[in-house]
Amino acid sequence: MIQPDGLVAIVKRDCPTCVFIAPVLADMRERSGLTLTIYSQDDPLFPESTHGSLDDTDLVVSFALNIEAVPTLLRFKNGVEVARTVGWSREHWEEICGVSDLGVGLAPFRPGCGSRTQEPAIAEAHDLAAHTAALSARWVSIGEEEDEFEATFDRGWSDGLPLVPPTTLRVARMLAGTNRAPHDIVAVVPPNLVECTVEKVAINAVMAGCRPDYLPVVLAAVEASCTDTFNMHGLLATTYFSGPVVIVNGPISKAIGMNSGINALGQGNRANATIGRALQLVIRNVGGGRPGGIDRATLGQPGKYTFCFAEHEGTSWGTIATERGFTPTQNVVTIFAGEGVRGVVDQLSRTPESLTRSIAECLLTTAHPKLAVAFDAMLIISPEHLRVFEEGGWSRQRFRAELEELLLLDGGAHSRGSREIMEGMPEELSEMQLPKFRERGLLIAHAGGAAGLFSAIVGGWVGGSLGSESVTLEIDQ
Amino acid sequence: MTYLLDPTGESAPATRECTERPLSLKGLTIGLLDIRKARGDVFLDRIEALLTERSFSVLRFSKPTFTKIAPIDLRHEISTKCDVVIEALAD
Repeated sequence: MIQPDGLVAIVKRDCPTCVFIAPVLADMRERSGLTLTIYSQDDPLFPESTHGSLDDTDLVVSFALNIEAVPTLLRFKNGVEVARTVGWSREHWEEICGVSDLGVGLAPFRPGCGSRTQEPAIAEAHDLAAHTAALSARWVSIGEEEDEFEATFDRGWSDGLPLVPPTTLRVARMLAGTNRAPHDIVAVVPPNLVECTVEKVAINAVMAGCRPDYLPVVLAAVEASCTDTFNMHGLLATTYFSGPVVIVNGPISKAIGMNSGINALGQGNRANATIGRALQLVIRNVGGGRPGGIDRATLGQPGKYTFCFAEHEGTSWGTIATERGFTPTQNVVTIFAGEGVRGVVDQLSRTPESLTRSIAECLLTTAHPKLAVAFDAMLIISPEHLRVFEEGGWSRQRFRAELEELLLLDGGAHSRGSREIMEGMPEELSEMQLPKFRERGLLIAHAGGAAGLFSAIVGGWVGGSLGSESVTLEIDQ
Repeated sequence: MTYLLDPTGESAPATRECTERPLSLKGLTIGLLDIRKARGDVFLDRIEALLTERSFSVLRFSKPTFTKIAPIDLRHEISTKCDVVIEALAD
């Protein structure tokens, strides 16, 4: 907002310091030879000594000048702000207006009061108005007689569960959860390859039931899912079970109240439930990926509604994020193409050796006991199982190395037709030792409640360049 | 009146008109695209033999992997070299 050259003062009657320096304003106007424009935030009749001021009760000028306290004195030259001081300071005021002996008889210094623009309700309303003005999504009108919840089903936006209707107010509030501009492009979403803005992600996050502080996680999850490496298009199109699984690391997981403990993979936590759901809604609504359309899953699995959890942090084993080179203070999201959860029961092993053999036997069944290399998996170690490894002095690296040994398969015993089962590995590999998982094909996470000698395996999809590679990205606030 | 913000991409996918179905294959080049699903090649080998027996001009193509959409160069090559395409989809 352009201001006239000269001096600009922002005041309010409700501020004792503004009342205190009212005579100074009159004196400055008379002696400085500069134009003095005074704006009052609460009463244009104030100050009487200057015969009132310009009306800024709607705070348009105050917001435009980013006023944080009153009085604020500014100097403009050629339409540009060249000086600013907050509160009353004789020294600073004299410097700005070039007049000496200002406010003789007054204390030389007195702090000001908060600007009305800083009052919480006003600041929020202003932010909402700014966000609302920046929205560009098409408006969809809902009839007077139409139930707005039913309307979201009728328009095909739902994953089958009720949605929070995405009103302008809710979307504007959601957008306050990120510093990114609403029109920023987050990703090009398959299968229709539609450019997806922060605003579109926010709309779907509202529908999913997210709180605004979850939005940065959802944005990162969308970005990671829509990379060529992750191959969301292929993941949709496959007849296999898998869908995107979101794993969150770093301080943000606690800050937004995610669950990494009891029932971490289950129901009951808003952040876990709605972040995964928001990602799936973006793919459905923005990308156009719908069951029966591009999504050709034979059976699917319930994790395709939502599948998101946080890892336990701070153990000697680190996390998926730290294994991939991120620090514990970085907020990070990992996307993995996963199918359902299967349990690993071992309530009797008390040594790392025995427990590793148990876990290996269970991992061998991923996809099919006779298939190797192609399918990935994620192993989620529970606290009681991790304790066995920690007490035995095993690191994550040691566990990985020992596990890999146990997951080497004899090609002959796994070839097609062997054991009177047609499924299996090609005949030409029968002389080879085959790893059950390719390099990078096994993720190891840590989560779960304190009690229970159970871990979990989340089977993956075809891994690597032939299918999907898990993607880890830092979360941008 | 309540207004909601549209959560969709706001664009139906670009309309892709199918080429009009030819009344006869006579004189046309037929592309056979193997998407790399297991045994798709068996099916296409047989189709190729049957078409070649009948003196049709046949070109073979294959995707790098069935899990991903065909690369744009491959799609372009097929569209410039062939009049019709038969795609093997099944296991």
